[in-house]
Amino acid sequence: MSKGSPISPALMAARPAAPAAPGRDTAHPVQVSAVRGPNNVVPPTEMLGSSAIVRSLEELGVDDIFGLPGGAILPTYDPLMASTKLRHILVRHEQGAGHAAQGYAMVTGRPGVCIATSGPGATNLVTAIADAHMDSVPLVAITGQVASAVIGSDAFQEADIVGITMPITKHSYLVTNANDIPRVLAEAFHIASTGRPGPVLVDIAKDAQQGKMTFSWPPKIDIPGYRTVVRGHSKQVREAARLIAGSTRPVFYVGGGVIKAHAAAELKELAELVGAPVVTTLMARGVFPDSHPQHVGMPGMHGSVSAVTALQQSDLLITLGARFDDRVTGVLSSFAPGAKVIHADIDPAEISKNRTADVPIVGSVKEIIPELITAVREQYDGGAAPDISAWWNTINRLRETYPIGFTQPDDGLSAPQQVIKRIGELTGPEGVYVAGVGQHQMWAAQFIQYERPHAWLNSGGLGTMGYSVPAAMGAKVGNPDRVVWAIDGDGCFQMTNQELATCVINNIPIKVAVINNSSLGMVRQWQTLFYEGRYSNTDLNTGHDTVRVPDFVKLADAYGCAGLRCERDEDIDATIQQALAINDRPVVVDFVVSRDSMVWPMVPSGVSNDLIQIARNMTPVWEQED
Amino acid sequence: MTRHTLSVLVEDVPGVLTRVASLFARRAFNINSLAVGPTEIPGMSRMTVVVEAEGDLLEQVTKQLNKLINVIKIVELTSEQSVQRDHILVKVRADAATRLQVTQAADLFRASVVDVSTDSLIIEATGTPEKLSALLSVLEPFGVREIVQSGTLAISRGAKSMSDRALRSA
Repeated sequence: MSKGSPISPALMAARPAAPAAPGRDTAHPVQVSAVRGPNNVVPPTEMLGSSAIVRSLEELGVDDIFGLPGGAILPTYDPLMASTKLRHILVRHEQGAGHAAQGYAMVTGRPGVCIATSGPGATNLVTAIADAHMDSVPLVAITGQVASAVIGSDAFQEADIVGITMPITKHSYLVTNANDIPRVLAEAFHIASTGRPGPVLVDIAKDAQQGKMTFSWPPKIDIPGYRTVVRGHSKQVREAARLIAGSTRPVFYVGGGVIKAHAAAELKELAELVGAPVVTTLMARGVFPDSHPQHVGMPGMHGSVSAVTALQQSDLLITLGARFDDRVTGVLSSFAPGAKVIHADIDPAEISKNRTADVPIVGSVKEIIPELITAVREQYDGGAAPDISAWWNTINRLRETYPIGFTQPDDGLSAPQQVIKRIGELTGPEGVYVAGVGQHQMWAAQFIQYERPHAWLNSGGLGTMGYSVPAAMGAKVGNPDRVVWAIDGDGCFQMTNQELATCVINNIPIKVAVINNSSLGMVRQWQTLFYEGRYSNTDLNTGHDTVRVPDFVKLADAYGCAGLRCERDEDIDATIQQALAINDRPVVVDFVVSRDSMVWPMVPSGVSNDLIQIARNMTPVWEQED
Repeated sequence: MTRHTLSVLVEDVPGVLTRVASLFARRAFNINSLAVGPTEIPGMSRMTVVVEAEGDLLEQVTKQLNKLINVIKIVELTSEQSVQRDHILVKVRADAATRLQVTQAADLFRASVVDVSTDSLIIEATGTPEKLSALLSVLEPFGVREIVQSGTLAISRGAKSMSDRALRSA
């Protein structure tokens, strides 16, 4: 565990673009080379395609890759063994490699790399690729393919992985000529990590790996159909500033794009200049500090009353790197009905996809936000900033009356929310928290205080159960000096816990909190609320008073992890402390909790966000506006 | 729903047709016709796609297409500012008694007879979809045996070239 370093927003900010000269109409960010990495020059050298793959990854600045070998990728695993620059982490299932690469990318901001063989190896990556596509994670997936002569013949372990992943990749390549390898890999890294990040698949036929080629670096990359607009259109920026200066109920609707753009510092400056409430979506938790007085919570289906209502009653949404996902908007036609919309996003296709933007700004929020700061200042210089104290009165009243909270369960078992809250409090904001999908994910989003970007990882768009353990593993490889918690559920944990073996063997000491309510909790919650309590196939028999199959403590022990169990409120803190003290191996804590706890607030599916419930059949008491 | 004609300049690489076609399918956009072929520039193909879509949806189609890495450029060609043609081959029943009437009908549409047998003719015609549908309705009474039709091809009027501009900005 020597490679990688904790992320520093300042460092990341310096990476993609040269700083603009102050006070002048700045030039477009100069990209010295579209080829990533240290840009060494390698004169033409004869080698095999397989060596060219390894060498290209080295030249691209890759440190860590996650994968599992097989027939069609075997040639590449031979030179990989000799590489001193690449650390290959052998996973137990290719899906784990994919999620690990995602976790690595999410904490470092650099593309994650996973590698698998043809056929089933490649198809096992599909879920992770789809996940990275939905959550805009820079990921390069390298797969072996059967020899080009037999492609299309239903050869052993053949699958058309380029075809299979076409709808879920930003781009993909099939390489059948060894000479194409350096260029294709350089293009793949460029495409994956620039613009709106996303997964790129590089499928390399076995004969291309075995073929002779001439390697030189840097390769010439030529992608005429790929251009990313970075700077915002100045007229649109001025128009946005004009709307901001005229708004009395503005809200910053901040999405994951601000994290991807490493623009947390810029966001803070703009938010403080405007003074408006800030909501951070599930993908954006931490990009604006939870402790900041302007932060009013997470919006959406399980968002806080203050955040949901701020959006609903707003007259201006300042949307930055967010995409009006249905989990945020509820019924779209009733979402924020009185609001004008400023929408800044690097992907033009997101603008006006769901909600029509009054002021669209295409570009990187890293560039747009400083432009907005300047433009808003100019607006204010021409007159006072609008008085939004009445708006704050409304929001503060909601925030005070309806804070995120929970009730103690009736069955005497611990409240899952309490466990998660204490994990966050005892670990602190420098930790990394990686959730699976379901109730525990929502509680981890609600009850852990996030103070910095890249501290919160989850599968937001795809909702992939099983994301947590492998993604936490990748995050720990990327941030070896941070405490990394996988906040997992008993259902999710059973989908990918084989990667505990990978963690133990490779000394990746993650901490896993299994929030064990003995059921597929979110589905069970819906069955409670909408299916008259008919619990069809949601009982997992892992918790209190069950046969405990599997017994998570024994399972941890079998893998060589430390296994702890906590069943009482009074043991929660001590157990977490004990887990935090173990750093020589992974820790799995079986937190046995009540199965009846539910995620609140909740906007039931298919209704307006105005019908948010703070508990079952309880809606907030709306007060008259000032 | 209104018809829109999009000219899409793409890199001529394996899979590009699949990428474009499957994008339409998965985003639930309807394609009326699609024609693809090489252009004056080696390595570039051009697709003419006719879609049924309203304004917002058309904008989404264009934006999503633009996200495909192999797509270089997209322009919408309106019927006023472009020449748009379909191509059709029709096999019509025609014996000694009706052959003359069929060939006369073809002449009216400036269509040509490209194959003759004892009881059929093949007629080739080029034109706007409206003209071709008129031709078909005239031929219908004689007995249409088989039809094969290309997608619409479209090119802008005037001296400007779509690919010139695309390459300059690239």
